[in-house]
Amino acid sequence: MAIKNLPVEECMIPGSAACPGCPATMALRIVFKALGKNTVMVVPACCTAVIESLYPNTSFDVPVMNIAFEAAAAGASGVEAALRQQGKGDTTVVAWAGDGGTYDIGIQALSGALERQTNFIYICYNNQIYSNTGVQRSGATPYGAWTTTTVGGKTEFRKEMGEIIQAHHIPYAAQACVSYPEDLYNKLKKAKSIKGPKYLEIMAPCPPGWRFGMEKTVDMGIMAVETGAWALYECENDVVTFNGKSKLILEEKIQRKSIEEWIKQQGRFSHLFKPKKDVKRIKAIEDHTDQIWERYRRKYL
Amino acid sequence: MTVMIDTGNYIAAKAAVMARPDVVAAYPITPQTTLVEGIANYVKTGEFKGEYICVESEHSAMSACIGASAAGVRTFTGTSSHGLLLMHEMLHWAALARLPVVMCNINRVVGPGWNIWTDENDSISQRDTGWIQFYCSSNQEIFDTVIQSFKLAENKKVLLPVMINYNAFILSHTSMPVYIPEQKEIDDFLQKYKPQWKLDVNNPITFGNIILPADYEKIRKDMQNSQENAKKLIPEIAKEWKKKFGRYHGDLIEEYKCDGADHILLAMGAIGSESKASINNLRKEGLKIGLARVRTFRPFPNEEILKLGKQADLIVIDRNISIGSEGALFSEVKASLYGKSDTKVHGFIAGLGGKDVTYNDIETICRKVVEGKAKDCEWYGLEGGEK
Repeated sequence: MAIKNLPVEECMIPGSAACPGCPATMALRIVFKALGKNTVMVVPACCTAVIESLYPNTSFDVPVMNIAFEAAAAGASGVEAALRQQGKGDTTVVAWAGDGGTYDIGIQALSGALERQTNFIYICYNNQIYSNTGVQRSGATPYGAWTTTTVGGKTEFRKEMGEIIQAHHIPYAAQACVSYPEDLYNKLKKAKSIKGPKYLEIMAPCPPGWRFGMEKTVDMGIMAVETGAWALYECENDVVTFNGKSKLILEEKIQRKSIEEWIKQQGRFSHLFKPKKDVKRIKAIEDHTDQIWERYRRKYL
Repeated sequence: MTVMIDTGNYIAAKAAVMARPDVVAAYPITPQTTLVEGIANYVKTGEFKGEYICVESEHSAMSACIGASAAGVRTFTGTSSHGLLLMHEMLHWAALARLPVVMCNINRVVGPGWNIWTDENDSISQRDTGWIQFYCSSNQEIFDTVIQSFKLAENKKVLLPVMINYNAFILSHTSMPVYIPEQKEIDDFLQKYKPQWKLDVNNPITFGNIILPADYEKIRKDMQNSQENAKKLIPEIAKEWKKKFGRYHGDLIEEYKCDGADHILLAMGAIGSESKASINNLRKEGLKIGLARVRTFRPFPNEEILKLGKQADLIVIDRNISIGSEGALFSEVKASLYGKSDTKVHGFIAGLGGKDVTYNDIETICRKVVEGKAKDCEWYGLEGGEK
């Protein structure tokens, strides 16, 4: 589906309180275009709780239930059951959470809902930080990145959430990126067509959190994929298919670009370049990325 | 009408299923387990036609109930002790979201050390969440209160969640005969839930987004008004129940032999029912003593207690303690009287950690007060004495 052919209808209506260049609002537009108005959103504490805008206004043209930080998947389970009891099983229930609410505080409820085969789409928009609270580390924050709680750079590598999700053997899971709206749209459409639990994670580069210019959100997402810092793939009934550039990297038809090219454009990694280049830590990031792709090749080729 | 001889938990399960909730979400914890097992059995027999979500924690149990209730259906759950405490955040959430979730809480001690017997510190520590709190003293009262609670919670003048508390093992695992009305009679009493608002794709509204101080404060005041409304509705619903089914457990309080009493004992839950035997014995001895069993801790029966305080000196037994202060009921009773009555109030802490409180113990407490030997506030039966 080409961008020009996406539905013109918008459920992300003007007046949101998002920062300029926000990847979440870009992704939400595509989410609503793909899922349509017969959708109920469950939103835990995350940037979107602000993006919705202030009571009594809203920037969403679908019903939204806000819920506590760790409770999105469990709340969505209740919504889904209640709608089905009322003969509205055709409504798409979406839990829309950040990486903090998914990788960390909400992982228990998410795992429970997946195991219970809840018929919903759980979407994690991953900006690799607790951004709503002002840029703190999460389980998704990459090694070396500055956050307000990893002032000298994070000393641990990020979790591989995709592999944790795959261990639940749900009918459909996918990784997308806000910079590839057609791919995202197609994955959402597929998720909507499948019954049972679906998990979708969207790479969402955050200008104020990552310290880059607000006009560069899309570029940062493209770079994340081209450097192999993020992979686009789908997992349907345990069969993993890589998409786009990630497929070419997996099959070694192209080489992934150097991570250095990506991180040097982000202020959160500036301490790795100034006052002098931290060769050791940059190499650690490159090596770790190679290890991930070697594992992907062993598992998925 | 049939008679069912069963434990408090199985009776609560029966009541919950007869209220026809569309969604039950629950997580097992001793001593609540037989309640959720009871509902699971009704899923098997087909008597429960709703959705039973076996969640992975109590936090998720309450979150799922919140989601289901917000989507417009009747919801029920049950928990106890640590489960209730894990729910704490979502108890506030359910009340502030004005969702009429009904829940049984089996009063159990909080650890450490691990202890599954009864005291009331679990639910007392949730008193400021906005939930209406009942304390039951018999299995029949559990059945009747569960059904009545849905009617109360879902009334548009209330729209607050309701917690029905009863004591671990003393009620949860003790069989008693309970009159069970026909399903049709329950259906006549408790009509289908019609939500005032819900998540509806044809009327898309955002619930619970950021709210500024002035609007938030209005929500708090409305919750307070609703608790005040509940004070009027609890007696109305109890009277309607009495008219239909002939049973009545009291309103916010249950008075027992208070006429002409110069001392009135106040207690909640199982101690409240045990006290009836004590009152009977003490009356035989010639003591002018009565009982006011407090059924609702929220809303708190201030007016009723003030009335009793103008008539008699009060004796309060708390199976809980607000550490650093005193028994919670004792505090609230005194607050109800403040500036309006100078009656004497004596407080006793008894039965913590599930220690048995028998009618003999209660008689000892009452005699001590009547004979003028009681302190303002003391612990009853503490091994080794107060130090």
